[in-house]
Amino acid sequence: MSDIEIRDVSLVYETPSGPMRAIERANVRIAASEFLCIVGPSGCGKSTLLNLVAGFLSPTSGEIKIDGEPVTGHGMDRGVVFQDFAQLFPWRTALGNVAFGLEMKGVGKEEREKIALSHLALVKLEKFAHSYPHHLSGGMQQRVAIARALAYNPSVLLMDEPFAALDALTRDAMQRLLAEVWRATRKTVVYVTHNVAEAVYLADRVVVMTPHPGRVKIELPVTLARPRDPLSVEFLQCQKDLLRHLGSETAAPDEPEICKDGAQP
Amino acid sequence: MTASPERWRMIGRAIVTLLVAAAIYEAVAQSGIFPAVLVPTLPKVARTLLNLFSDGTMLWHAFYTLTRVMVGFALAVVAGLPLGALMGRSRAVENFVLPLASALMPIPSLAWVPVFILWFGLGDTVTVLIVLYAAMFPMLLNTWTGVRTVNPLWLRAASAMGADGNAMFWKVIVPGTLPFIITGLRQAFQRAWIAVVGAEMLAASDWGLGWVIFDAKEFLNADVMIASLAVIGGIGYAFERLVFGTLERVTVLRWGMVRAATDRGRRVAPTLASADSRGG
Repeated sequence: MSDIEIRDVSLVYETPSGPMRAIERANVRIAASEFLCIVGPSGCGKSTLLNLVAGFLSPTSGEIKIDGEPVTGHGMDRGVVFQDFAQLFPWRTALGNVAFGLEMKGVGKEEREKIALSHLALVKLEKFAHSYPHHLSGGMQQRVAIARALAYNPSVLLMDEPFAALDALTRDAMQRLLAEVWRATRKTVVYVTHNVAEAVYLADRVVVMTPHPGRVKIELPVTLARPRDPLSVEFLQCQKDLLRHLGSETAAPDEPEICKDGAQP
Repeated sequence: MTASPERWRMIGRAIVTLLVAAAIYEAVAQSGIFPAVLVPTLPKVARTLLNLFSDGTMLWHAFYTLTRVMVGFALAVVAGLPLGALMGRSRAVENFVLPLASALMPIPSLAWVPVFILWFGLGDTVTVLIVLYAAMFPMLLNTWTGVRTVNPLWLRAASAMGADGNAMFWKVIVPGTLPFIITGLRQAFQRAWIAVVGAEMLAASDWGLGWVIFDAKEFLNADVMIASLAVIGGIGYAFERLVFGTLERVTVLRWGMVRAATDRGRRVAPTLASADSRGG
């Protein structure tokens, strides 16, 4: 798996009302097989940062390296999952969607369908291989999208609020599934969310960003043992710490910082 | 394709519509308000139609017209679809083609017939070119619009998965634009028919449905004219139902990219939401 280095990355948009600093001097290192969450309020540049790593955007200054190689565009070393269910190709079955990347790689039909089916099994959708996306629920469509991003075996998985449009129950199930998939595949994951509980549940480390301009405010390791219990005291404490850094809650000064100091799970 | 009860009902409704229209026409024809020679009754039209078919002339007329339509229509698709797609993808092509298309589009294709006759003489070249002219713009405009409505997420996802120019065009942009392309095909086909009949009246020598109608006028053969119109309507109906309807049903309807009109807001098929909790 691959490590990612984001060094001194800035992105400035030219707008009619003057330059807009979407990202200012972001520095993040992501270890191979690490699960990194980026959290922050709307407009903090977290999705922009992900799009930079994906190669959909180019930084104004600074550099992003994956395994020491500078990112110059999108590449098949990265798989991308978006928030919108409409990301799937409606004219292809679940299997056809998952096989798309392999098809682009030139893998033969029989081989790629076998691989695609195994990835559908990974997200527990092998029974729906021949269903078209419009016959699948939102949660199932997002699982197909995850299988699709993994099927051509990229070393990095980039996820932009993939579960934000799902109902709360489905989202919980999806988070458990994703944690399983990550444990099974050991991809390097960069996961953007505005949901603090989701970040604490999934991440090895959480990067907090703040808007105007988009900056990395702090990085917090989450050392709770997996699988994590979202109702445990430690989990809730960790969530509280994170919220405090997001500026939406003020913790009492004498409370220990479980996230930062890595208290026992 | 096996006919479902819903499909039989649809066929039944179509028959009712046609019968009502025929009954109204027949009532007017029988009423004697208009001279019988100008408004022939349906049995008379039917006899004429039968005669024209049995001696083969109508088949040849239809064959000639259909050939001109298909050649001109095919050329319009081959030219209009890629050009429309290029316009949707490239600002430079759009800037170049759009003013030209905007200026040429409002000119009725039939207004070109005299010009084309001067250039190419009487005959098939003129009719095919007129069909091409008429069918080209609906194809071009619909494809151009369709390409610009393609969900950018499909393009992003596809490029992240390594789709390059060719694969991107055939495997993402074309299927993603298909609802518009099918509309373009339908409109182009319809415009092709309108153009071919007119062009045949002015430029074809001996064969073609347009020529039959024009020629019958000279002899006050209203029954031949109406029989020919019925053949045109019949061919158009068959193409709409069998070709375009089927194309739509096996593609964009099946993929959920458009909804069936009969659903009126209901979902085409139940989602499998209940099965979802199982997977998580």
